[in-house]
Amino acid sequence: MAAPKASLHLVAPIWKGGPRGIRGLSRTVAPEGNQRKGRTVLQFLADRFYDVQALREYLLRKQVSKVHQKNRSFTYVKEQYGPYIAAAYFVLKQGGAVKFQGQEWMRPNGRGRFSLEFFKFQAVPVEAVDASGCAINYQGLDNLLALKELQSLSLQRCPHVDDWCLSRLYQLAGSLQELSLAGCPQVSERGLACLHHLQNLRRLDISDLPAVSNPGLTQILVEEMLPNCNVLGADWAQGLKLGPEEQSQDTARSIPA
Amino acid sequence: MLRRALRLGLGRGLLGRGLGTWRGDSTLDWDGKVSDIKKKIQSVLPGGAWNPLYDTSHLPPEHSDVVIVGGGVLGLSVAYWLKRLEKRRGAIQVLVVERDYTYSQASTGLSVGGIRQQFSLPENIQLSLFSVDFLRNINEYLAVVDDPPLDLQFNPSGYLLLASEKGAAIMENNVKVQRQEGAKVCLMSPEQLRNKFPWINTEGVALASYGFISSSNRMETASGEEVTLKRIHEVHVKMDRSLEYQPVECAIVINAAGAWSGQIAELAGIGKGPPGTLQGTKLPVEPRKRYVYLWHCPQGPGLETPFVIDSSGAYFRREGLGNNYLGSCSPTEEEEPDPGNLEVDHGFFQDKVWPHLAQRVPAFETLKVRSAWAGYYDYNTFDQNGVVGPHPLVVNMYFATGFSGHGLQQAPAVGRAVAEMVLEGSFQTIDLNPFLFSRFYLGEKVQEHNII
Repeated sequence: MAAPKASLHLVAPIWKGGPRGIRGLSRTVAPEGNQRKGRTVLQFLADRFYDVQALREYLLRKQVSKVHQKNRSFTYVKEQYGPYIAAAYFVLKQGGAVKFQGQEWMRPNGRGRFSLEFFKFQAVPVEAVDASGCAINYQGLDNLLALKELQSLSLQRCPHVDDWCLSRLYQLAGSLQELSLAGCPQVSERGLACLHHLQNLRRLDISDLPAVSNPGLTQILVEEMLPNCNVLGADWAQGLKLGPEEQSQDTARSIPA
Repeated sequence: MLRRALRLGLGRGLLGRGLGTWRGDSTLDWDGKVSDIKKKIQSVLPGGAWNPLYDTSHLPPEHSDVVIVGGGVLGLSVAYWLKRLEKRRGAIQVLVVERDYTYSQASTGLSVGGIRQQFSLPENIQLSLFSVDFLRNINEYLAVVDDPPLDLQFNPSGYLLLASEKGAAIMENNVKVQRQEGAKVCLMSPEQLRNKFPWINTEGVALASYGFISSSNRMETASGEEVTLKRIHEVHVKMDRSLEYQPVECAIVINAAGAWSGQIAELAGIGKGPPGTLQGTKLPVEPRKRYVYLWHCPQGPGLETPFVIDSSGAYFRREGLGNNYLGSCSPTEEEEPDPGNLEVDHGFFQDKVWPHLAQRVPAFETLKVRSAWAGYYDYNTFDQNGVVGPHPLVVNMYFATGFSGHGLQQAPAVGRAVAEMVLEGSFQTIDLNPFLFSRFYLGEKVQEHNII
């Protein structure tokens, strides 16, 4: 990428994310001031009545336990059919896609159904996992970490993948070559620091991470940390804009590629 | 209501006059009056503490089941677990007393903030493991509906402990114990260390460990001498900057006062007796001052830096994205600074910390100290491990203090242990019987070797 030879003034990026509620981790909520005024009727009632508050807490706990249930470890399947089948079953159940070595991508249909024909691939290692948008969390990663020949892992837009999950990925260091974390709302630069164990990584996608405070600087530091890896993500000049005198010069002449 | 609406209507009609002037005209300040009247009514109705003579709403209540002295991380952790483990909703009333609401001298806020599992005692490892679990799932424990989720800003880079030739055998032993308890630790040789972290100078390092997170209740009164058991009936809580105090009747008092736990114990009469007896055994927790320095080093170690603890006792960790580092070194017994104030000695950095840092990480030869602060360790002079559980003679005082620099790491687990002790009478999940008070009288040291 040809950087313009100009004096670049740093423009502070405006962080548009406000405090995010537990319900909608992938959508932004208005900042504190609006929250005070625009309180819903339900919140007002919950402040007044113990019953409503208990009901809301119960619903919240149910939501959390649903995620836990989705991330239980399939020890029976693992014992009977091996780690590859267990991992594939786990990913397909969550709604992701899995690719065995030498086979095509397998994914569930629109209604979440998938065929169980992959149960015959007990000795075939899993090569790639696409868990985009799945509710996978720290416990659920247990099922994936047994895949010693996994080459590509995509965790795009997973709402429950956070820094702790990244600190577990060192177990895949032997084979993992491609990792994508684009759009994960809970991953910050502290989690990215744990990726230095993945020395075989060749392609890392860290674009659009709202919890990273300084995307350009983080990208530079991650590139320094993983010298053999191609890091895709924020354009390092995204927070910078051209100075006024250079801007007019730029439009006048073309920059040689 | 009507008056306000009328005011608004008239205000808009007249041009050039803001609402402010209209409101300033009225002599009745409705909003303030209404809240005053509401408070008065609430205090009269049953359930409120009503004192007809004067307003006591700013004082703590007159009765409380448990009073926790000290509002730092340990005190609040005990309070949280007491309410969480109670059998019925609202069964226990807990009062937390903290003398400084700004927490300016509290060890909680001033700590370097590391949590590790590389200890030599199995109990300490268990405590750390549960605390890491707690922090990882903190949104499930502490979540409130409609509030944003908590962001701990936790850096899961792990700890790196370096050992010289002398310490190598101890470190191997410790790693074995840690692995047995379930901690994820690995041992590295100097070459592996150099490969992983090229900025370390491995001269003098023999081994490195990289980790990614009430005994005897019997009191022998052998010669049948009389033992007087005491109870604390009231705690006098003195208000800030005034002479008034509120006597709070309580059933249980928990001493979580950190560096000042020794003074609180003396107030309860612990240690007043002939030396060598149980009555005369004091709580051996005293404040010790420790410095922390923040420096900037442009060529320093990169983003993957773990919390490094050198064999000489110096330690550092990375902070943020801007090549800033936090670190220090514990002074030896002879050089202990005076704990009377929290002034920082910059000469200590120059003489004692920087040489070790520069020797271990050559990039640190050029650095610039940005700021420094000092905080207290609640140092247990007996064996540098925490004191947990009841006092044998003062039957309703429980301790949760004396962790000598590890209070923050072990707070959630210790809070749960003390809450279990109070509610059930014994430790249910992690057995902390070796940490009871009676070991000071019996002379049984539970020494922790990996203290920094």
